Order: sequence, then structure tokens, then C-alpha cells
Amino acid sequence: MLDAESLAARRPDRAARGYLYYRHALIVRITHWVNAIALAILLMSGLNIFNAHPSLSWGRSSYSDRAPIFETGAATAADGSLIGITRIFNRSFDTTGVLGVSSDGGRQVVKGFPSWITIPSFSWLAMARHWHFFFAWLLVINGCVYLAFSAIGRHLSHDLLPTRLDWRSIGRSIVDHMRFRHPTGVAATRYNVLQKLAYLSVIFVLVPLIILTGSAMSPRLDSLQPGWIELLGGRQSARTLHFVVAWTLVLFALVHVFEVLVSGVWNNLRSMITGRYRIPPDPR
Amino acid sequence: MGDDDSPRRVRRNLLAAIGGLLLGGCDALSRTEWFPRILRVGEDLSRRMQHAVTARKSMAQEFSERDLSPSFRSNGTANPNDDEYQTLARDGFSGWRLQVDGLVEQPMGFSLQQLRSMRSRVQITRHDCVEGWSAIGKWKGVPLGDVLALVRPTVAARYVVFHCADPMDLAGTKYYESIDMEDAYHPQTILAYELNDATLPIGNGAPLRVRIERQLGYKMAKYIMRLQLVDSFAAIGQGRGGYWEDQGYEWYAGI
Repeated sequence: MLDAESLAARRPDRAARGYLYYRHALIVRITHWVNAIALAILLMSGLNIFNAHPSLSWGRSSYSDRAPIFETGAATAADGSLIGITRIFNRSFDTTGVLGVSSDGGRQVVKGFPSWITIPSFSWLAMARHWHFFFAWLLVINGCVYLAFSAIGRHLSHDLLPTRLDWRSIGRSIVDHMRFRHPTGVAATRYNVLQKLAYLSVIFVLVPLIILTGSAMSPRLDSLQPGWIELLGGRQSARTLHFVVAWTLVLFALVHVFEVLVSGVWNNLRSMITGRYRIPPDPR
Repeated sequence: MGDDDSPRRVRRNLLAAIGGLLLGGCDALSRTEWFPRILRVGEDLSRRMQHAVTARKSMAQEFSERDLSPSFRSNGTANPNDDEYQTLARDGFSGWRLQVDGLVEQPMGFSLQQLRSMRSRVQITRHDCVEGWSAIGKWKGVPLGDVLALVRPTVAARYVVFHCADPMDLAGTKYYESIDMEDAYHPQTILAYELNDATLPIGNGAPLRVRIERQLGYKMAKYIMRLQLVDSFAAIGQGRGGYWEDQGYEWYAGI
């Protein structure tokens, strides 16, 4: 690969408006988009599954003496209309239209999450489970391909592990992010330290945790070593954690898309499709 | 320019339209014949993986008395709407017989009294419903393996089918389920007649329900009337091995 600075020195005309840099390998690009699709479908089919029992508790079973941590339900108002109610730690909120009661085919119906965020859009547990498990396997296989490539192709050690310099510049990187200031020149060929830490925590913490908490809900896998799911607080706790980790991944995705938008959406999209990223020139 | 034509509004409508198309596409795919068949590759992978990483006789977690759920939820049928069943229930199931037949050398009938006099197993286990809830109960019953030892399945027998008393629809379709011989001979697979130290209530499947602790709740048929040993369940119900399986749920309910 050409050294960015020598390229810029040889082609001063191009350096003025930046130059294209091959930033993402083919396997990274493919696995990225497979992940994007799989995670979206897993979230939406997962919410359809959640709707079959729209309640989260902590403990070994649902019927301990403790109240649920999170629950959606419905009540009938004096005029006969339905009110959606969401309870979080004993506090109730009116969430009509979104949680508890929402419109489905023009009719107000009692359901946890609304139809526009579930797959299938209407309550169909058996089908939602087929979607969920198919894309769960796709995520796992895709993740294995990515990890194998990252380890063998040194994507992990070269691009993702923070360097000593990264750790020292973490404060400045935080300030840069808050000011929406994005790297230019050679610095733009690399991930910044916050980006590296975000990606590493998704790859090595959040995704493994969501697979683990999902597996803990399997009665067959629970028999692997009777009692192993106690480490997660029990079966219903694992279900609650699965839900929390899923929304943490959504939070990551929102921040990720936000950063893509504010740091040059077309340039970023091109680099994740063709691999080529236009390096903005260093300010003079 | 009116508010309706503002770029922001146009963009929002466009996004909503794309979202609607994608969602509608997922719904349409779900209703085809071919697409769910592709999705079910995941089901096959799950079953194989679960069997590969756990032993044939791996044991489900057992709990202590203090973990018992305050009351054990009755789900699905709470009281079978069936004349024959109601007649049996009125007499405390004294006239009830468990019929065991099919691919066996010695078809037999068992009264509740006979089953109660056989070796019993007590287990405090968690019941995981496919809907997402779970409850912990104390079950007492006769190991299914002991019953099978008496009727002696032939070498051709591959599945145990549970025929139940509860009608599931207006046409009178009865609940049924099936498991393979590996689960049938599992030490925790019992035909339970007691729940939480009391006679099994009607809401939980009286007089007899099966416990299959490494699978989801819908496998654990209630109101059992007959066990049939078969080499294939293709000719029973709609051929998928159980009432809920016929509605699209997995036959192996390990997750």
C-alpha cells in the first residue's frame, strides 16, 4: 500500500483536495453490511418475541415474589378507549401509541412494542422465532469470519488495538468528538481511539454477551453444566440482560450512524462499499 | 412553499415509505412457502449445536423448595372442554387408564393407582414457556423409561407420541406431542401426577402430564390419555409431531 504522505508529496494537486485511500478490506465491508442487516432483524424479531410476554424480571423464574423490572400493559379509560401503560421499577407511565397500546392496521391494540418495530409486524411468535434464530446464526457465522480475518490479516492488532499514543490522546479525542472535529491527513486513514474502543467493546463484550444471555434462555443449553446460568442471575435475569444488551447495541448503532453523518456521509458510505475513503487534506 | 412540501417533511415521508416497504416485505416473505423453509435452517443448526455440546443424559438444573414459584401458572388449556374428560374428572379419574400401544411388544393400560405404586422421582425444576416466562415447580411422577420397560418398545420405535384429552379448536383437534427415544429414556422425563406435594390440579394437566426438562413447556403435554410408539409421526395430526408444531413451532424445542 502506498504511503499516504509520499503520495501526497508526489501529487500536490491532488493533495490539495485530498486523495482516495483504500481503508476497508473486502471482508470487513461484507461482514459490516451483513452485521447491519442481521442486527436490525434480530432487534425487530426479538421485540416480536418480547411481545409474547412483555415483562422483564430478575431471578431464577418469573414468579418470584419480586415485581417485574419492566412491563407493558393496558388499561381502559372512562370513555372506553385503551391506555398503554409502561411500568419501570414500580413507576407507571402513560405510553399510549408506542408501548402497551398502539395502532395496528388502523385499530388500537394491546401489544408491547408497536408493529412498526417488529418482524413480522403483527403478533406471530413462531415466525418471529424463525427469523430470530436464522439471523442469530448468520450473526455468529459472520462474526467468526470477521474474527478469523481480523486475527490472521492482523486487522485486529494493526487497526483495532489502541496504541500507546492512542491512550495518551484519549482526552483530546473526546474533546474533538464533542466539537465534531474530524481527523484529516494521515490521521484520517486510521480509526481514532474512541472509535477503536467502541468497536472493541461491541466485538468482545456486547456481542458475546448477547449470545451468552440468549443461550442461557435455552433449557437444553442450561443442562450443559446445571446451574451455569446462575452466573447471569438466573434464567429471567438472563432474559432481562439480553434485552438490555440489545438496546445497548442500538445505542451503539445510533452513535455510529450519527458519527457517519457528521463526518461526511457519502465519503463514509463509499469507503464501506468500495473500500476507498477520500482523505481530507491537512489544514495549512 | 407550503409546510407539506418542506424538504424535511418529504424526507420523513420517504423514510416512512421505505420502512413500510421493508416491513411489508418481511411480512410478505413470512407468508410464502419457500422463505420460512430457508429460515428454518437456523432451527436445524440450533438442534445440532445443542446436541453436539451437551451430553445425551445432561441434566436440567434442579432447585430447592425456597425457589418454588408461589403458584404454578396454568397456561393453554385450563380445563378440557371434552365430555369424556369431564366424566373422568368427576370420578377423580378412577376410570381413567393410560393406554400404551403402537410399536411395543406388550400393549398395556395403567390406572392412576398402578402408576402411583411404581418407582417415583421427585424433581424441582424450571418450566420455560416459549412465550418467555418461567416458573419453578416440584413434580412427582413415574419415569417414562420405567413404563416403557414394561411395554417393551420394538427396535422400530423412534418416537413416543402423547395423545391428550384437550380439544384445541372448534373442530375438536386434540392436543398431542412427540419426543424421541433419547428424551423418553432421560432420567428427568417423568409422567407427573403430583405438583408441589399435591395431586396434579386440572389446570396443570390432571391426571397426568409429562415433564421433559430440557425442552420448552409446549412439549410437556397435559391431560395425557394415550402413549403411542411410532417410527414416524407423519400420519398424525398435520404431520409435524405436535399441535404447536403444526402451527409452525419447532419440533425440537431446545431454545
